[in-house]
Amino acid sequence: MAASSLPSQPSPPTGTTDLTTQPSTLASELFAPGVGAQAGPPTTPAEGTGTAGQATPGAHSHGGPAPTGSPAERFTSTDPDAFGVPTGREETWRFTPMKRVGLLLNGAASDAHLTWTSDLPEGVELTSVEAGDPLLKGLPEPADRLAALTRQRSGGAAVVRVPQEAQLDRPVVLGLAGTGGDDVVWGQLVIEVGAFAKATVVLDHTGLARYSGGVSVLVGDSAQVTLVSVQDWAPGALHGGQYDAVVGRDATFKQVVVTLGGDLVRLVSNVQYTGPGGTAELFGVYFADETQHQEHRLWVDHAVPNCRSNVLYKGALQGEEARTVWIGDVRIRPTATGTETYELNRNLVLTDGARADSVPNLEIETGEIVGAGHASATGRFDDEQLFYLCSRGIDAETARRLVVRGFFADVVQHIGIDALQDRLMRTIETRLGALPGLEEQEVPA
Amino acid sequence: MSVLEIRDLHVTVGEGDDAKEILRGVDLTVRSGETHAIMGPNGSGKSTLAYSIAGHPKYTITGGTVTLDGEDVLAMTVDERARAGLFLAMQYPVEVPGVSVSNFLRTAATAIKGEAPKLRTWVKDVKTEMAGLEMDPAFAERNVNEGFSGGEKKRHEILQMRLLKPKVAILDETDSGLDVDALRIVSEGVNRTREEGDVGVLLITHYTRILKYIKPDFVHVFVAGRVVDEGGPELAAKLEDEGYAAYVKDSNEQASAEKAASEVVTA
Ligand SMILES: Nc1ncnc2c1ncn2[C@@H]1O[C@H](COP(=O)(O)OP(=O)(O)OP(=O)(O)O)[C@@H](O)[C@H]1O
Ligand SMILES: [Mg+2]
Repeated sequence: MAASSLPSQPSPPTGTTDLTTQPSTLASELFAPGVGAQAGPPTTPAEGTGTAGQATPGAHSHGGPAPTGSPAERFTSTDPDAFGVPTGREETWRFTPMKRVGLLLNGAASDAHLTWTSDLPEGVELTSVEAGDPLLKGLPEPADRLAALTRQRSGGAAVVRVPQEAQLDRPVVLGLAGTGGDDVVWGQLVIEVGAFAKATVVLDHTGLARYSGGVSVLVGDSAQVTLVSVQDWAPGALHGGQYDAVVGRDATFKQVVVTLGGDLVRLVSNVQYTGPGGTAELFGVYFADETQHQEHRLWVDHAVPNCRSNVLYKGALQGEEARTVWIGDVRIRPTATGTETYELNRNLVLTDGARADSVPNLEIETGEIVGAGHASATGRFDDEQLFYLCSRGIDAETARRLVVRGFFADVVQHIGIDALQDRLMRTIETRLGALPGLEEQEVPA
Repeated sequence: MSVLEIRDLHVTVGEGDDAKEILRGVDLTVRSGETHAIMGPNGSGKSTLAYSIAGHPKYTITGGTVTLDGEDVLAMTVDERARAGLFLAMQYPVEVPGVSVSNFLRTAATAIKGEAPKLRTWVKDVKTEMAGLEMDPAFAERNVNEGFSGGEKKRHEILQMRLLKPKVAILDETDSGLDVDALRIVSEGVNRTREEGDVGVLLITHYTRILKYIKPDFVHVFVAGRVVDEGGPELAAKLEDEGYAAYVKDSNEQASAEKAASEVVTA
């Protein structure tokens, strides 16, 4: 007789790569040895999950950072035609459903807008600049055709300015609501934060839209900036965007991306550093159901010494055609000595037929770094966690919800805005189904 | 008055040809009000016994019975066993990212009691028990076992036992990884539970030091997947002096005798 009341039997995790040349602060996130098949891998591997392990072979040598040679430069341009028209075979587009993204790529220039609402703490300025403004010329360039079209067609940009040394008492909140038209909305936002300032900016995307929006964050020296981008779109929405952060000397940039709604969301987040001592933390959560494609591509370019980057993206998939893509490129150039970087992507496959692609890629061009590592894992529930909860009397269904809820909360809690965290967790819980008996979960203080 | 009865329990781990028998006929009866110590060397199957009673899916029961007050424990799901009154303080408690201790405790208490405990008394109970185990109240806000030290994890296990009030509590090496102060604090927590109610305790350990604080009524020596000797507290003293060597030797001799016998049969 099998003494089993839990559904899946341990089997090796699918799609797990793990490279850590130095102990990392996030090591506890890894699948700890001796915890059995963590992340509750499926009885039969979920179809096509986990295409991890495409990092350059050299990047997988354990035991000390080994330079991996000089990879090709990433192409950028403000001219859309410099990229050619994507066919879907290009590296940048090969995971993207071309029919759906075509509605953006082939969209005409338009006057369509999202409805903006803004909450601006004192001292924060929201203005706009015309196309051709010097501010726009200095921004990081588009890295694909859609981003280049967006830069060209947005006809200028909205600008949020946080003055030097400002310490905001509350977040800047920009509500960007779609109003449902078929025309593509082209937008460009620049967030400029002065030296030594401390600011949080929330972009809250809701409603129905076809939206292609660029976001550039210029983080002044020693500034501390948090950018939260919530994709809480209505079903049917399409959203493409390139996010660039330019991190100043000794500055800290934190980005939290939360993708829940919309049919197609494809966000490309890039980070570059202008001086030593910078830190970038990129967090993300996504939750795809059967109608959704959610793609998050990251590119962290370490070209100056003594900077840090830390990436943590977690996603869950539920439903037959649910599809997520996570690409994490980190490059440590020869000049970037003293770099410390770690990236982790975990995907939780809740139902058969969903597909999560996860491709971490670390290019190390100098041996003189503090640490570099990445890990990626895609699987089912963690049986050990479920057993632990069930052994305290919690039924398997509730335990499962607690684990998934916890899986997300782990990242959502980095936002640091209680009301927003609560709203997002409620949205996630609604999609998981109500948690029985978990009302009034006040915490004993 | 409750009774946990384990009869001729056989358990394997691994699948198919890799299946390996770990428990080879365990007999044990634990009644409420009694404290039993199970002592045995590393790898003898103590945790296997604990996990098998709790229903961990890794273990396959190949023979024997486990009942709690006559009810078939082996037919129950993991959560049903806990709701029936069994509790396992684990040797290696599991981290659950993103789930706060307070949320976890309250969800578990709700499941065990069948209704949500009244918020005000519950908050007070949790505070009192945490104070009793000298746990910082800040632990309530932390994620379950995440980043806890070994000793903090063990206190958290005993905290759960205090709050969930089981009929039979199995404590798997709750003493390991504890410094002297923590050992005393944790033991006092166990002793409070014993004094307050009719709990049966199965204390798994391979050191005798916890038995200075928690006095067992019965001591069972566990070697190679079965109970090989039983007695009162004096047996613990003997193990303290002599170790398991004699038992292990006996058990090896018996195993080779059994093997020889089976070879004769098959020859
Ligand atoms: N999946 C497995 N496959 C094969 N053998 C296993 C497996 N899991 C456990 N074992 C073996 O079962 C035996 C009993 O392990 P168990 O953890 O029950 O021992 P223990 O008495 O609790 O030891 P300790 O004192 O070290 O805690 C050990 O020899 C162990 O290696
Ligand atoms: Mg053990």
